[in-house]
Amino acid sequence: MKTHQRIGATVFALLLIVAGLLRSTPGVRATAMGQVTGTVKLDGPAPHQKPIDMSKDPSCAQTRGGAPASGENVVVGTDGGLANVVVYISQGLNGDIPVASKPVTFEQKGCQYVPHVVAVNPGQHMTILNDDKTMHNIHPDPKPGGGNNAFNKSQLGGGPSLDVTWTAEEIAIPVKCNVHPWMHAFIVVVKGPNGVSGGNGSFKLENVPPGTYTLTAWHETYGTQSQKVTVAEGKPVTADFTFKAK
Amino acid sequence: MAETQVHAAHHAPSQGFIRKYVFSVDHKIIGIQYLTLSMVSAFIGMALSWAMRIHLAYPDFRIPILGWLSPNGAPNGLMTPEYYLSLMTMHGTIMAFFVLTAAPFAGFGNFVLPIQVGAADMAFPRLNMSSFWVTFVGFLLAAATFFIPDGPPLSGWTAYAPLSAVGSVAGPGQGLGQTLWVLSIAMFCVASLMGALNFIVTTLDMRTKGLTLSRLPLSTWAWFIDAWVSLLAFAVLLPCGLLLALDRLGGTSFFIPGGLVFNDQLQPHSGGSPLLFQHLFWFFGHPEVYIIILPAFGIVSHIFPTFIRKPLVGGWKVITFAEIAVGTLSFVVWGHHMFVSGMSPFMAMVFSVPTLFITIPSVIAVLVWVFSLYGANIRFDTPMLYSLGFVSLFITGGIGGFFLAQPSTDSYLHATSFVVGHFHFTMGLSAIFATFAGFYYWYPKIFGRTMNEKLGKLHFWLSFVGVYCVFITLHLTGFAGSVRRYSAFVDDFMIPLMPAQRFMTISALLLGAAQFIFLFNAIWSRFKGPKSSDNPWGATTLEWATTSPPPFDNFGGRQLTVYHGPMEYDDEASVMQTSPEASIAGT
Amino acid sequence: MAGKVFAVVVVLVTLVTAYCVVTHVWWMPVDISVHGPKIDHQIEETILVAGLLFIAGQIVLASFVFRYGGATGKPKQIPGGAKPLVIFAFVLVGTEVLALSFIGSKAWGAVYFEAPDPSSLRIDVQAGQFAYYFRYSGPDGKFGPLHPELINEGNQNYFGLDPDHDPDAKDDIVTAEIGIPVNKPILLTLHSKDVGHSFYVRELRVQQDFVPGLSIPVHFTAIQTGRYEIVCTQLCGLGHYNMKAYLSVLSQSDFDDWLKKQAAMQ
Ligand code: HEM
Ligand SMILES: [Cu+2]
Ligand SMILES: [Cu+2]
Repeated sequence: MKTHQRIGATVFALLLIVAGLLRSTPGVRATAMGQVTGTVKLDGPAPHQKPIDMSKDPSCAQTRGGAPASGENVVVGTDGGLANVVVYISQGLNGDIPVASKPVTFEQKGCQYVPHVVAVNPGQHMTILNDDKTMHNIHPDPKPGGGNNAFNKSQLGGGPSLDVTWTAEEIAIPVKCNVHPWMHAFIVVVKGPNGVSGGNGSFKLENVPPGTYTLTAWHETYGTQSQKVTVAEGKPVTADFTFKAK
Repeated sequence: MAETQVHAAHHAPSQGFIRKYVFSVDHKIIGIQYLTLSMVSAFIGMALSWAMRIHLAYPDFRIPILGWLSPNGAPNGLMTPEYYLSLMTMHGTIMAFFVLTAAPFAGFGNFVLPIQVGAADMAFPRLNMSSFWVTFVGFLLAAATFFIPDGPPLSGWTAYAPLSAVGSVAGPGQGLGQTLWVLSIAMFCVASLMGALNFIVTTLDMRTKGLTLSRLPLSTWAWFIDAWVSLLAFAVLLPCGLLLALDRLGGTSFFIPGGLVFNDQLQPHSGGSPLLFQHLFWFFGHPEVYIIILPAFGIVSHIFPTFIRKPLVGGWKVITFAEIAVGTLSFVVWGHHMFVSGMSPFMAMVFSVPTLFITIPSVIAVLVWVFSLYGANIRFDTPMLYSLGFVSLFITGGIGGFFLAQPSTDSYLHATSFVVGHFHFTMGLSAIFATFAGFYYWYPKIFGRTMNEKLGKLHFWLSFVGVYCVFITLHLTGFAGSVRRYSAFVDDFMIPLMPAQRFMTISALLLGAAQFIFLFNAIWSRFKGPKSSDNPWGATTLEWATTSPPPFDNFGGRQLTVYHGPMEYDDEASVMQTSPEASIAGT
Repeated sequence: MAGKVFAVVVVLVTLVTAYCVVTHVWWMPVDISVHGPKIDHQIEETILVAGLLFIAGQIVLASFVFRYGGATGKPKQIPGGAKPLVIFAFVLVGTEVLALSFIGSKAWGAVYFEAPDPSSLRIDVQAGQFAYYFRYSGPDGKFGPLHPELINEGNQNYFGLDPDHDPDAKDDIVTAEIGIPVNKPILLTLHSKDVGHSFYVRELRVQQDFVPGLSIPVHFTAIQTGRYEIVCTQLCGLGHYNMKAYLSVLSQSDFDDWLKKQAAMQ
């Protein structure tokens, strides 16, 4: 991405390696990792999501094949499952927290973001794709002074992918496209294992080392909720969340 | 006055490479420095226009060198819309300021004006040196924008507020890039103000004996008038730029109203006026196009008599008064850039009338050139071909002005490619043609060698036809409603115009390729061109009364006396201004 | 030789240009507004006047260059010298220019000096990087106040309305496309939320900038149904070329249905 971000990422990576070498633990302990799964539910009626009129850019409707679009502030599945909730460990992770090595993808598809909410570790690569025929600009707006850099960059339809990393934890960085002002999404930068609830409200945190943690769920409209969980070696734990509709 | 003269005549030639060629106070070296800077700028500007034209007509064509220059702005050589606009902004800025304000005025003016008035140097040689180096710093600041992460600004050479004022929230390039741009322009203003003062004082105070205003060469007249216009216009752009810089860096709100929202963020500004910026900018901007074109008038009027072997019809007076009228009126027409801007529609009428009336002195100037050809013995050396080309381009450009001067017709054509065609003809390519005319004309004087005529003519023909192919077509697509400053044509409306776009791009590439003939000619002749005599064209003004190139103090210590006006031609015969012989031509 | 070539090139260029303009190789689209014909007429008028000057200027230039190129012998000046030229410029160009100003001011006046019809349909237009949004007042005929700090495009609050607190804003209808009834006077109020933009509909012969901080009225009447492009013509940033919306000119009944549908989508 931007040069200083790239430099930042490189420095970060180097620091991690150096830190690792300095501690020089004799061989990494092969602990079996735990897992947290669960479901997020919305209690009460979901607010009306306005349909989106994309007529401004006819190519949007074309790539959507006529599928209607509506707002995504609150997306609820048939059985009340609340989508787009980020669940992560807010307390209890100590020492070196490994950075997920697989890049997350963030797509612009049919003039909406897929996914609407994406979670990423600081230093983890994020691949931004534009599957549309039209141009989008990616315009995240992190808090000033929080360590993450704002940028504003366009990506031509079918253009080469962008690779982005974030340096600091931040909940949540809003992202917009100004060419299609309805397009918005959130990037949640958190350390450690995390999961985003899908259409039925279910989520999964993998590779959680055994221990006791505070698990936090964040939703763009309903805010945060936390609970304690204890993860044991090799055993999946469940933790459910319920947000109250306003 | 006497003192400056004595001073200028007595400052000794400097020693050492640095003093002689880099931080030189010699107006001739400074002139060459300006010309070199603008030549480099012109090729950069042209390369940018190629990149733009290719992108517009062949949006999928990759330009690897751009990808290398800016992996961010042109990933894999395919430019992003913001990078297109950045290139466009820099093309306009470089061409309007660093090429066409620099070359015909500061470049030739510096080299030729002191010689034409019989002086040993400019009135203030040190100030003169500062003008160039401040301009150069301005150039470096502008060039630096290409190498910063976000690239150059994208707000066009007009840098309208609040797009240019609010900072990086408004888009890539609007952060550091725009700041550097504003500082660059402010530098350019300071340099131009210093240069203008120097030109005015030199013309008024340093003329040699007998060189009355009525005997002043027409090029010097034009530079003199131009210096006044520059002085008044840049004196407004400078504060305008400083206020913009304050809005950007100091948190003021001169040009930013309250309640602005970018990317859903309310901006911490209130009370400013974007229209104020437009008024200040165009109060400078319209005279600026005359600052560009007046030296062209002068150069062409100066070259004509030599190659038609007779004076201009109406002598020095008609053309000079036309220039003064144009220069003066240029300060009361700025609102014609703002007909659809939300200014009061009554003001539109107020600005439209002087705008239409400014065509009268312009038409007089054209009539003078055209009707001077009547009964002439025209010689077609390259400088003359370029001068004739200038007249043709200027007529064509002027015609478009009738459409844009009227608010009713402008409300359809405003911001279409018609405007782009119009201003490229009038101020862009006309001025470039006059600059070429001056270049081929004074080259022997500057370097003591003659440029190759065959290559010169080939360069002319390709350029002349190329310019018409590109810029007439822009007028036509303008009638069809093709909007300017678009980085791609995605509208249902614009797509049918693609064949015209491709035609223009191919023509522009050929036009640009022809400029390398010129570049080759200029460099090759410098070393290998035939040695030139002191007065190769059989001209009459003082620059031809000294050696080629002139010695350090221009006339080897001689104090010249002038007996005639600059246009003493009669077929083969001509009388030098310094010759005590009888006059041979009227006026 | 060079002179003859020059003359031929100039004449050729002039003729080709004139041909392209006269035969409308690329030309203005149909005119669908009441005031438009006045502007078109003014453009035609200017083409005639300026076109004649163009042809005359280039042809005279070419013929002198042709005739006097390489001539020898004693040069002469045009009989009468500069005086007739100056008089010609003042009289002919002066009258031409006065005529254009005069007729042109009528065309301009027809667009800008006429007060909008009191029965006009009022529509609020907001431009922002890089889209237009439109607002109809709804059944109460009143537009709710704007609160820029409430603008949240992701939630589709493009104007910064607060229907929970402002009763006037409750029934405002915000649309992404502008629908208007044919033959009905329309009064737009243009305002921008960020930088300068412009409202340009070629077929309507309307172009008007948005200036941040100002509310700018524009009025017109469309006389032909159809769907037309609105494009931005004031450089506004990276998405400038992609900033557009559509204008649907509908019959009154189609318009009523359309507006109902839009109201239902709020
Ligand atoms: C080599 C021939 C040239 C070509 C092919 C060319 C091409 C272009 C193009 C494609 C644009 C963008 C038009 C738009 O969409 O708005 C442009 C803008 C411009 N050009 Fe040139 N140009 C040339 C020479 C010049 C010269 C000699 C000047 C000197 C004054 C000039 C001054 C400008 C300016 C001031 C702009 C406006 C930039 C803006 O909109 O901010 N150009 N040119
Ligand atoms: Cu988009
Ligand atoms: Cu816009």
